This record gives sequence, C-alpha cells and structure tokens, in this order.
Amino acid sequence: MRFNEQWLREWVNPEISTDVLAHQLTMAGLEVDAVEPVAGTFSQVVVGEVLAVVAHPDADKLRVCQVEVGQGEPLGIVCGAANVRVGLRVAAALIGAELPGGIKIKAAKLRGVPSAGMLCSAKELGLAEASQGLLELPADAPVGQSLRDYLLLDDVAIELGLTPNRGDCLSVAGIAREVAAITGAPLTPPAIAAVAATCSDTFPVTVAASAACPRYVGRVVRNLNPAAPTPLWMQERLRRAGLRSLGALVDVTNYLLLELGQPMHAFDLQRLQGGIEVRLAQAGEQLALLNETTITLEPGSLVIADASGPVALAGIMGGASTAVGDGTRDIFLESAFFSPEQLAGRARRYGLHTDSSHRFERGVSPALQREALERATALLVAIAGGEVGPVVEVVSAADLPQRGAIRLRHPRLCQVLGAEVPAETAGVLLARLGLAVQAVEGGWSVEAPPWRFDLATEEDLIEEVARLYGYDQLPAAYLSVPLELAPRSEGKISLRLLRQILVDHGFQEAITYSFVDPKYQRLLDPQRVPVPVANPISTELSVMRTTLLTGLVQTLIYNANRQQSQVRIFESGLRFLGTEGAVEQEPMLAALAWGPLLPEQWGERERKSDLFDLKGDLESLIAAGGSQAEWQFVAAPHPALHPGQCASILRNGQAVGWIGALHPQLMRELDLPGQVLVFEVTLAALTAARVPGFQELSKFPANRRDIAIVVDQQLSVAELIACARRAAPAQLRDLKLFDVYQGKGLDSGKKSVALGLTLQDDSRTLTDAEVDAAVAQVVTALRTELGGTLRE
Amino acid sequence: MVQAEIDSLQGEALAAIGEAADLAAIEQIRVHYLGKKGPFTERMKGLGRLSPEERPAAGQVINRAKEAVQAALEARRLALAEAALAEQLAAERIDITLPGRGQQRGGLHPITRTLERIEDLFTQLGFEVAEGPEIEDDYHNFEALNIPASHPARAMHDTFYINETTVLRTHTSPVQIRVMEQRQPPLRIIAPGRVYRCDSDLTHTPMFHQVEGLVVGEGVSFSHLKGILDQFLRHFFERDLAVRFRPSYFPFTEPSAEADIQCVMCGGSGCRVCKQTGWLEVLGCGEVNPAVFRHVGFDTERYTGYAFGMGVERLAMLRYGVNDLRMFFENDLRFLRQFR
Repeated sequence: MRFNEQWLREWVNPEISTDVLAHQLTMAGLEVDAVEPVAGTFSQVVVGEVLAVVAHPDADKLRVCQVEVGQGEPLGIVCGAANVRVGLRVAAALIGAELPGGIKIKAAKLRGVPSAGMLCSAKELGLAEASQGLLELPADAPVGQSLRDYLLLDDVAIELGLTPNRGDCLSVAGIAREVAAITGAPLTPPAIAAVAATCSDTFPVTVAASAACPRYVGRVVRNLNPAAPTPLWMQERLRRAGLRSLGALVDVTNYLLLELGQPMHAFDLQRLQGGIEVRLAQAGEQLALLNETTITLEPGSLVIADASGPVALAGIMGGASTAVGDGTRDIFLESAFFSPEQLAGRARRYGLHTDSSHRFERGVSPALQREALERATALLVAIAGGEVGPVVEVVSAADLPQRGAIRLRHPRLCQVLGAEVPAETAGVLLARLGLAVQAVEGGWSVEAPPWRFDLATEEDLIEEVARLYGYDQLPAAYLSVPLELAPRSEGKISLRLLRQILVDHGFQEAITYSFVDPKYQRLLDPQRVPVPVANPISTELSVMRTTLLTGLVQTLIYNANRQQSQVRIFESGLRFLGTEGAVEQEPMLAALAWGPLLPEQWGERERKSDLFDLKGDLESLIAAGGSQAEWQFVAAPHPALHPGQCASILRNGQAVGWIGALHPQLMRELDLPGQVLVFEVTLAALTAARVPGFQELSKFPANRRDIAIVVDQQLSVAELIACARRAAPAQLRDLKLFDVYQGKGLDSGKKSVALGLTLQDDSRTLTDAEVDAAVAQVVTALRTELGGTLRE
Repeated sequence: MVQAEIDSLQGEALAAIGEAADLAAIEQIRVHYLGKKGPFTERMKGLGRLSPEERPAAGQVINRAKEAVQAALEARRLALAEAALAEQLAAERIDITLPGRGQQRGGLHPITRTLERIEDLFTQLGFEVAEGPEIEDDYHNFEALNIPASHPARAMHDTFYINETTVLRTHTSPVQIRVMEQRQPPLRIIAPGRVYRCDSDLTHTPMFHQVEGLVVGEGVSFSHLKGILDQFLRHFFERDLAVRFRPSYFPFTEPSAEADIQCVMCGGSGCRVCKQTGWLEVLGCGEVNPAVFRHVGFDTERYTGYAFGMGVERLAMLRYGVNDLRMFFENDLRFLRQFR
C-alpha cells in the first residue's frame, strides 16, 4: 500500500515528524518499506504562461518562446518540446534554478539565441519515470507561483508492506484509523453526504448468490462529460500512490479504492442489457476480461451478469464488453461487498491479481458500500457533471458477516504477554482502535468493528493490546524449567561425527539442490523413475533426486571447469524414492573423489586416488560405529558404475549402499578425465553403533604365523578370509591380510595372498606344535575348499 | 730415578692421548698403558725390588702418573664423543620450515557450520533437535498451522507442488506439528532443515534453510520469547547488538513479531545492506496460536508456547559477510574452503 503523507494528514494529523510517523507505523506492525519524496529535488521552478512561440532561426526543432513568469517582463526561453504552444501554462525553471541530478540552469545561448531559463517535462522534475513533452499545467495555474508550492510537492510517498491480516489498512482511511489509535490524535475524515437523485433512472439488480454477495449497491449516472479532465490534485494523489491517471471515470473509482478501500466498478450503461444479476457462474461460461484475455469460468465463481451473460468477474476484474471508454456518457456504478470466503484464492486460480481482488480477499468493510458510492458520485459529478439516479441497494442481512462479542480476560492477557499491563490501559487501547469495549468481571467483552476481519479470538485482542502498548515496552524474561536430563543413546553416533571424519580425510562438504536435472538423474540412476515437481522453476531443477551423486557429480563438473584438479566432496541429505503418492525420504551420506589422493606437496610422488583409498575413507566411517564385522562389500553391477570396480555395500546382509568408480562410458558422456570414485550409504546404517564390551586380556604370549596362499585370481579375498576364519581354532585372535601379489613367479590367472595369523589362548601358553597344527588346519581348508596352495 | 722414568712415560702417554683421533684409538692407548701388561703395571710390579723405605714414595709417583693418564683418557673420550655428536647433529640438520605432509583437511559447508552453531546455542538449554520430511502434506505444511486453503497467507509462500495435496515444505514449521502430534508438553525443540519456495533471483534461491524453534509449557509467555531471542542473537553474532521486536503476522502465532537486529554492517547508521534503516530483519516469531494447539489436542488453557523461525542463509551471510546468496549452492571449492 502506497500513499502520500499529505493525504493521510488530512485524515489525521499527529504532531510528529515524518520519520517518527514512519517509525511508529513500523513498530505498530504496519511496516514502512520506503519513504520517498514525491518529486525530485529542485528549486526556482515556477508556473509560467507561454505568450508567444516563434521558430528558431537556425534550428528546425527548436522554438523561441516568450514566457510570462510574473516578473514583469516575459522571459525569452528556447524550447524543443513538440507540445509547446501559446496559452499553455508550464513549469519554467529560472536562471539559477537547480534541477534533479544536479543540473543548474544558467543564462545560455542555444544556436545563437539567448535562453533565460528552461521549460520542464515531468521527468526532468522527477515527477515521472518517463514523459513526453512539457508538463502541462491547468489553465488556472497561478503564473509566477513556485511549482513546489502549487503542486504541494514537499510531500513523501509512504510504502507499507502490509501483512495479509490487515486488509483494513489498504486505504488512507484505514491507515488514518491506525495512526489515530497509535498516537491518540483525532480522526478528521472528509464529510460524506448523500447525493440527491437528479433523475429517476435506475437499472434493475438481482442478487442470486446472496451468501457470496450480501450487499450490492449501485446507481445510474447519465450525461457525464467524457472529456472532463481529472483535477490535478486527484491526478497527483493517484500518481503518488503509484497509479496512472486513466480518465476521470476510472480515476474516481481508483481514488475511492485508495481513500476508503472500497473497490468499485463502472459499467457502460449503454452496453448493459436487461439487468444486473449477481450469480455463480455456470459450467462452460466464458468471459472476455478487461485485460484482453478470455477465461472459461469455473462453476462456483461469482459473476456479475446481464441478459447477455457474465459481464464481470465479481470483485476481481470487469469484462471487456461493458467497459467504460473515451466516449462513455452513461454509467452504472457498482459498489458491492463480496465475501472474503467467496473471493479467497479465486483470482490466483485464474492467474489474476488485482487491487480489487487483493482487498476483497482480505476483507472490505461490509458497511462501507453506500458511503463509498455517495463519495464517488459526488466526486464524479463535480468533475464531469451529469444526472444522478437513486441508489439501488440489495442486502441480505442474514448473509452479512456476523460479529459476536469476544471475551478478553485480563489475567490471560498478562499471562500470555508475561507483563502486568494495567487493565485501564488495555481497555483504553482497545477502544482507540474503534472496538466496542465493555468491562465485565475479570476483563472485557469486545466487539470488533466491521472493517476488522482479523479479530475473532482472545489472542487477536491480546495482540492488539500488545501492539499499541508497544512490543518494546514488554519485558524480556527467562523461562525457568526443571533441570531434567534427556536420554542420549550410545548406540547411535551423530552425523556430525561422520562429517568430521570425512573433513579430516580431506573432504569438503557441499550442499546441492534436492531437485535436479532429469538428464543427470537418468545418467546416474537410470533404473529409477524420479518424483517430478509439478511446478518446477526450470527443467534443470524439475525432479527430486533419487541419489545424492547427481549433485556431487554436477559439483565436480562445476569445479573441474574452474581449474580445480583435486575434488573431494561429500553431502548428506534426503533422497526421494517411490512415486508421488508414496515417497520414501531417506537420509543418505555420499562422497566423491577425483584427481590426486593428496594435494600437491614435496617429498611425495603424486598418486591418483583409487577405489581402495575411497573404501578406506568409508571404512573409517564404518569403524566409528564399531561394528566393522557386520559390513560386507559384494561385487555387484550398478548401471552407472564400472562393472569391475563396484560393490554393493551390505550391513548385516541388508543392502545399504554402493561404492565404485563411475562407468567409463558415463565419464565420456560427462567429458571428465580420470576416474571418479563415489560411495553413497544410508545414514541409518552408518549411525547405528555398537556399545563396547570388555574382554579379559590374555596373560599368555601370542604366536604369529605368516602364510602365503596361491589361489585363482578371480577368488575374492573376502571369501578366502572367511574360509580361513571358519577353519581356524577358537584361539585365532587376529587375521591380517598383508600382501596380495600376482605376476612373475606365479602362473597367470593366479595370485598370492599373504595372511598373518595370530593365535593365543586365555589359559595357557600354546605349544609350537599346537600353533603349527592350527595353521595346517587353515591351509588344509583353503586347499580343499578353495583349491589354494601354500606358496613356498 | 723412578721419578724421571715415570715422568717420561707419562709424557709419552699424554702425547699419544692428545693425538688419539677416535674412541678406538683411546681404547688402544688405555690398554697399552694401563692394561695388565702395560708399563705402569710393570713398574708397580717392580716396586718389590726397591727398599721398603723407597717403596711408598715410588708407588705414589706411579699412581699419580696413572691417574693423570686415566684423567686425560677420560677427558679425551668426552671431547671426542662431543665432537662426534656435534658432527651427527650437523649432518642430520633439516630445514624445519618445509611444510608438513599429508592429507589437507576439508571443511564443512558454511550453512552446516551456521546450523551447528545455532544448534549448539539452543541445545545448551535442553532444546532437542527434531527433523521432519521435506516432501510434506498440505495438512502439516499449511492446514494444521492455521493456514487453510485459499488463505491469503498462502500467497506469501510460493509453494512447489508434487501434487494437489503434497508440497515441498515451504518452512520448517510443520515439524512443530509433527512433534506435538507425538508428544506432550513440556516441549523444547529446534528443527533445522531445508525448505523450498518457487522463487529464484538475486536474493532468493528455490531451496534454503531454516531453523524452527518451539517451546510449549505452562506459563510460557511472550516475554520469554523476547528474552531467549535477544540472547540468541547477541550470542550468535558475539556482539552486544540492539534487538527490536515489532508486530507482524503469521497465521500460526498470535501475537506475532519480527525480530530485527541493529545492522551488523554499519552498526545502525544506515547502509546498503540495511536499506538505510539501520535494522535488519532476521527472524519471525510469536506466541503459538491456540488454533494450532487445538489441531494437536493440547489444552489451550493450560499450555502456552512460543515459536520462532529463522533463515540460516541470511544469518550466515551477515555473520561471515557473504554478499551473494547464490554462492551457497554453487559449491565452488574456492568459496567453500574459506569456511574451513
């Protein structure tokens, strides 16, 4: 809501400066977004009258004017504007004037002709963003008067960012009520009197949808002068509120919208047929709107119809067929109350948002319509003459919003605010807002005025008291609660710890959008159909990610394109699986490594990360939970990963994630060199932790024996170790894999795996023979079960 | 006679010691002069040939000379050991200014860093961290928060839809409802997380982060809200900032407020960041609207509560001086590494 301060001060004029006024509005909940001068800074610009215009001897487009500025002698001023003409009253900047932008007017010669000043356009005075030709002033503008004084330009436009509950402040009248309540200054509204009918013409009105339109008021006005100009003061107020002047008829309705907050509509009476009917739209009906679009009406939409069909979308926008135009002389002027429930969300569903729908959705006072119509009629007739018909009013009292009494308890007020607001103070503040306040036992019974749609509950009234009392006057206090401990499970480690481990391992955390580009989604998780966003902001952000790798790979590409040679990144967050009806939202942790393992440094040869480096990083995360034995890596295919370098990750046999190198084919499509290593694991699997349990330390020495077993290259080390563990006696304390070799000295297709077996008993020292027997047992099992041979 | 002979022997031994170049030479000299077959032992044995009167004096002469040789040997050994150590140390000298080796530490995203900081401040007071789904149903995101369908406040939200009744949550407030559906007062929670709005320009990203707070109990008043947020903001910025509360509107709180801090860029004198007002809006808050309690079946006479919600990116930008919101989601490593 934008309005100018002078207009407000006609309604209420507290003895405070603009700054203080703006501050008090903000602190009362009507946030002032901007306070802007209504014109540029300029001086020594006066009203002038053009007495004579002659062509410039040396320039086609320039004219030499004689301009009377009230100094006795007219001034010779050279002017290039097309609309300069004899008799025009203009804004004349005198020698010595300063214009916006620091322009100083000096005596000058233009193509040899002296010019004693400059005639100004609206733009040159900071009165408009753009303008054509000179600013034309009314014929009665007093010659010689300072333009600032004449146009009352020492004024500011105040822009309020109103919250949706304060529809009552979408007018100068409403803001004035607030200012009066805040400051205690008296409200001085303009007197509004009924305009007596000067003709008997009426137009029939029936209201079929009385619940949606409990009050409809209108009247006929005939023989208006279609050429009558909008008075300058009204044009200026509209301009200062950010509205363009569009002819007297529209200007008057816009003025009422701003002044009283009543949206009105003028129909061209000659283009209306039969009578007005306010009704709900029927299926399939169409309506061509003022904005040159045609909509198909939804059943349930409220329309104003005549014999020909719908002629306006009630409270939202008028129709093209009955719109007033340049030649309109006879009108039917509508001032109605449409219920907020009826209008709620309607405009948005048609892709519309108008000053009118904005107000009706939030609630226009249901008591305002007749007053607004009388005010509009008076203004219109004063500007454009005409004969006024009697007021037609159709009311359904039962459908008007009913206001019950709201109970406010003083103790509750103090309890919610945590402040001892004196009862007397609270009562006075509520009364100042125009509420009917009646003191009752322990508090008040309050009735809200018709314009306050936002007041219905006790809390609403508590807020009103607090607002006027001043939030800054309420104390700050600290809540006391019993000092109780909350449980904290040791069986769960935090995401924070996991993040720190990755950070320690050189990973940088990324946060990427949860909606991704379907193209990358398909590349990285081709087998899943992602959940689409119904109204995405762009195609690149149109489906919900099924894997965090999408964002990590895009982050890699972004950074690789910016000269980064080592990228180690991770992200935690939800992935979205399933279909729109049943989406599973699962927290995941994913990491990506590309380029050298270590940053460039002295004394170390650069080495690219390989999958075992990343697996080591993942194993550090697993180790933090203390249940390494529950985890398995099983070679398995994944469409986005290298078939020979990829594993499904299992915890207790449940698949919980993947690790691998991106498929070389995918790398080519992404145009990335080298290898991209990734893992993604469900967060739940990583955070479930083991609570440690003590085991007695053996007092007897441990024996270690190393063996090297030659097996088929295809045999997985996991299988080999599992076999060795099964075969070993209970005294096996530790089994270490310390070497894997293939090449010279071995048959092709074979590899040698070196294992260190540590054996120990809790109750005695094992003899060499016992240790040898245990090792032999292992070797035998590896031979018979896996065809392994001892490497000599 | 003995004296002269021993003096000469001693002189000979000391000269040899003086020339000894290493520990082995020292040992050789010791064995040669002081060993069982060395000249001093020989002379001691020869004392028997002297008269009993001469023996003590002669013995004394020999012993003194032996001691002198021994002392010289020891001194030389120490000198040589020191020299050897000095040589080793010199040889093993490294340039200690060379950098250390190993993996370079990574870092947390500045948003995570900020979230952790906010969480840490509130969990001190026993606030629990709660989470909720990001694809949320209309009921939890709007309805239960007193924002019925077609409420003008819905227009403030620019909602992403999955379908007619499912949205990407537009705020973390639905977590309030989910917690209250499960538990009874007293409650003290914060709910950090991602939220989504269909808006993208210089100052809006379609995804951002919020932290929601909720306290419900007996006698929880607006003054408690003022107290904790005032403290939080000062502790978060580690500055003695002015904080002000002014009336605002959220359907799920009543009375509602916006909290502004004195501009951290200009100290309140007015600058581009605070649009010359000297104040920065940093969070929305209020007393929980009883309509919300009724949705979850709480006794509105017995319990009151407060709730607040803050934008994490905004706090991070102000705290670290980041001037472009969009950088948070570009994940440029050169940006991210500044927050290590």
